Amino acid sequence: MTKFRVNKTKHVDQTKSVSFNFDGKTYYGFEGDTLASALLANGVHLVGRSFKYHRPRGIMSCGSEEPNAICQINEDADLTEPNVRATEIELYEGLIASSQNCWPSVKFDIGGINNFISPFIPAGFYYKTFMWPKSFWKRIYEPLIRMSAGLGKSPTKPDPELYNHKYVHCDVLIIGGGISGIIASKIAAKNNLKTILIEDKNILGGSTIFQKNENYKINNKFSSEWINEQIAELKKLDNLTIKTRTSLAAYHSYNYLLAKENISDHLPLNKRNGDIRQRLWKIRADKVIVATGALERPLVFNNNDRPGIMLSNSVKKYLDFYGVSCGLNNVIFTNNDSAYETAVSFKEKGLSVEIIDIRKKSNSKIVKNAEKLGIKIYWNSTIVNTFGYRKINSVEIMNLSEDGSNVVGDKNRINCDCLAISGGWTPMVHMHTQSGGKLDFRELDKTFIPNEIDQNHINVGSCNGDFELEDIINNTNNKVKNFLKVSESDFENISVFNSKELDKRNIWLLPSYISEGKCKSFIDFQNDSTAKDIKLALREGFKSIEHVKRYTTTGMATDQGKLSNMHALGIIAETAGVKMGTLGTTTFRPPFTPLTFGSIVGRSVGKFFDTIRKTSIHEWHIQNNAKFENVGQWKRPWYYPINDEGLHDAVQRESKAARDSAGILDASTLGKIDIQGTDASEFLNRVYTNAWSKLGIGKCRYGLMLNEDGMVYDDGVTTRLGENHYLMTTTTGGAANVLSKLEDYLQTEWPELDVYLTSVTDHYSTASICGPNSKKILTKIFPDKDFSDDTFPHMSYQNGKIDEIDCRIMRISFTGELSYEINIESKYGKSLWEKCIEAGKEFKITPYGTETMHLLRAEKGFIIVGQDTDGTMTPIDLQMDWIVSKKKYDFIGKRSLYRSDTIREDRKQLVGLLTDDPNEILEEGAQIVSDMSKKPIEMIGHVTSSYFSPNLNKSIALAVVKSGKKMNGQKLIVPMENKNINVTVSDSVFLDKENKRINA
Amino acid sequence: MFLINCPYCGERDQSEFSCGGEAHIVRPKQPTELSDDQWAEYLFMRKNIKGVQFERWNHAHGCRKWFNMVRDTSNDKIHAIYKMGEKPPVE
Repeated sequence: MTKFRVNKTKHVDQTKSVSFNFDGKTYYGFEGDTLASALLANGVHLVGRSFKYHRPRGIMSCGSEEPNAICQINEDADLTEPNVRATEIELYEGLIASSQNCWPSVKFDIGGINNFISPFIPAGFYYKTFMWPKSFWKRIYEPLIRMSAGLGKSPTKPDPELYNHKYVHCDVLIIGGGISGIIASKIAAKNNLKTILIEDKNILGGSTIFQKNENYKINNKFSSEWINEQIAELKKLDNLTIKTRTSLAAYHSYNYLLAKENISDHLPLNKRNGDIRQRLWKIRADKVIVATGALERPLVFNNNDRPGIMLSNSVKKYLDFYGVSCGLNNVIFTNNDSAYETAVSFKEKGLSVEIIDIRKKSNSKIVKNAEKLGIKIYWNSTIVNTFGYRKINSVEIMNLSEDGSNVVGDKNRINCDCLAISGGWTPMVHMHTQSGGKLDFRELDKTFIPNEIDQNHINVGSCNGDFELEDIINNTNNKVKNFLKVSESDFENISVFNSKELDKRNIWLLPSYISEGKCKSFIDFQNDSTAKDIKLALREGFKSIEHVKRYTTTGMATDQGKLSNMHALGIIAETAGVKMGTLGTTTFRPPFTPLTFGSIVGRSVGKFFDTIRKTSIHEWHIQNNAKFENVGQWKRPWYYPINDEGLHDAVQRESKAARDSAGILDASTLGKIDIQGTDASEFLNRVYTNAWSKLGIGKCRYGLMLNEDGMVYDDGVTTRLGENHYLMTTTTGGAANVLSKLEDYLQTEWPELDVYLTSVTDHYSTASICGPNSKKILTKIFPDKDFSDDTFPHMSYQNGKIDEIDCRIMRISFTGELSYEINIESKYGKSLWEKCIEAGKEFKITPYGTETMHLLRAEKGFIIVGQDTDGTMTPIDLQMDWIVSKKKYDFIGKRSLYRSDTIREDRKQLVGLLTDDPNEILEEGAQIVSDMSKKPIEMIGHVTSSYFSPNLNKSIALAVVKSGKKMNGQKLIVPMENKNINVTVSDSVFLDKENKRINA
Repeated sequence: MFLINCPYCGERDQSEFSCGGEAHIVRPKQPTELSDDQWAEYLFMRKNIKGVQFERWNHAHGCRKWFNMVRDTSNDKIHAIYKMGEKPPVE
């Protein structure tokens, strides 16, 4: 055992030794230790360097507020984790941790030179210095800043751990398992409310669990004994779920809260077994009781950041909970009574301790107790300087002037190896304010306390500003009973004995004999901002607390200013001569402590990242070597290479086959909406630009759908299946949006229409067969059917049967070829497909993918919504005037088609482009210009679709060009990086303008 | 993440819903008789106020029904929810 392990406690098992590695050296601690307590037990205080000045820093606290002891955990490239607080890491066998922000080592750090040049790098230094010369920014300043910025190292490989999400509902959620949280939980659960208690530490009890002081007794027992009894009873309650190692991350509106449960981080590496590492709880609570406690404040004085300077109550926890004395020669520096408990604990264990108190005198019970134990107290005194580089070795103290603004008398030097400081307590109001709650300022002890107006949550205990044991117990009991509207409570007649604080004195910035400009009085330890920086910001004209925060970076480190914000506010108020309460606070934002990305994404990683939709024919595509393309969530065959064919060659082959003989496309992904109702025709009249009333049963029609602003939104063929029954197809990507848009109009604008919409996209699979031989193939599949043009003309539909299975056959074409689409229930999709392939064998039927489909339709000048349109194209811009009904009184978007902007003649319009060199293929997205001489060169349009057509044996492109309608035959230029490509505007239909093939 | 009491399904998490912007903007019955300015007023002009606002919401990942909601955008407090076609509540 080391000389600092002075005390045996039940929380640390001193029979179970645990070895760990810190900064390359092996140490031993015990089961129950944290990394911080184990380091302290080994006499290690120096654990890091500060961010800006690289000053040596030591462990300061015992919890989530820790600003200094942030470590890199684990060395593996996939598991390493930066910025972990040593105070929160439970020690496990094999733990490897290292300091951050220092090079080459924490003991000798080159960056330490910043400390000596610190007079030249005050707040705002970066903004002022790296401005000039401008040319230095990219090559010198930025790389330099990037090198010195940041704290730890990110992992470089994917996280192999498992993370879970869990949704829960409860009547009452209690945040914090200290004394007030325990009281609240017991009342809630005993009154039959479904209750969840969460606590971020591994055990319940807060700071009461190690309170063994004569001056704080409950029912005549030490408060630690009493709380242990309460915890034992809690564990027996059926209605109560207790979650330890679970920290609240965020408190959103309507009592929706996120909490992170640590499941395996405390286990030895060999016992983790690949189980879940962390679980994110998504909690919806009817009522929330916040019992998060309070954080001890540091004191701000010259050189208050040396290793060995720690928060007083943390020093007490290390002593009474972990059995570790942070020093052998201790000095306590305080402005309040709570630090006397630490002094008494030291004394009772026979350790040396002295107290420096800025107050003039106090006669409270605990103070008298300390005096009686023979502890020396320096009243009305302050520390003016501290000494010791890698660890504190002495302090210099002086008396305070009457008003506390200056020091008087002689300097007195006291040796110490640990300085415990206490500047009072700050209620943890983070959760209250995150939920939308406001704060009131309490002048008496300079605290912001919750102002409760919300009906659904309350704050109890010290987070509500109750700091005396008696108040905590009684107020919590009463408040919780009222809040939950219950009467049963075990806490009605508790006898509480506690020393009460009688005297208070607060000085935000303690004076020194050294001039203020030369003092290093740290406010934010992690971001290295000092009192001097805050005052500089005010002198430079910053007034808002939010601006001062950002200029000085106070409160912007990974600890989010848990220890620093109050002092920053206090010093601003004092310097600016305003009341602290009027300044307000900076905004408390979630998460309270950093969350891992793993816990945020949970299981939504890898193949679960997004839904993948496959058609029923997918397996066949894989077996036939298809390359796939993502279209929305769908996997669509892109092309089917034979042997080592590339995209270009495969598409040329597929395209040629489709026009020369027969091709087959899986068109199952197109959106399909079943429309029924007596007003179905009228509905289509209103949503499409063309007329639908006269469409005969068994006929198909192409429709264009606009937004109310007149821009093309979607297109597709709709088939009339019966008098009041239509089947609408939409683009693959637009299916869901079209349905919700149509529902919107039906429900909100035209509720009088009798129309019902059902998405049937997944219900049917579609095989689309095109090419001059398609009719012969269809005849083989449906031998009883007459496919002659008279009985089955283009744009019509008939029912058919394959082996007793009903299907719908539509004669429609997106390629310009004679073409049929067969729809069948999805479960028969693959057999239908195989049947088509079999029937088409003699015609060398060629499966083709989306790329060939795009090429074939481009030859024919058919648009693709979303490729040739971009939400700024009207049907007139697309030269599709023929589809806009002149007779219909109204349809969605009609009025917008003759707004002053939509009738402009110089709008971008769809045209064809032919390259002067027929082998030159334009790039999609390339800009188009007409005049290269006038600078800046005006861009008059861009290429939307471009292919090499094997059927026309030349390059073809679709483009949108300003006033393009009038440009047929005109020469334009497509400027590329290395050359200018000459093009000629053409008709957008390149092949078979007379529609001979479709009607073949 | 607030709770929304869908008038058809009951209380559900906000993630099931999508907001459709300002409520009670009626599509003109005779658009062709409107001037460009009048049509633009209907087409583009929407309030986006800090405070109590009347909104359209859709239970998109649920019953797919549209309904109206009175919400205070400054604190997400929902003052009223009512079906399409029903009269908005008077403060």
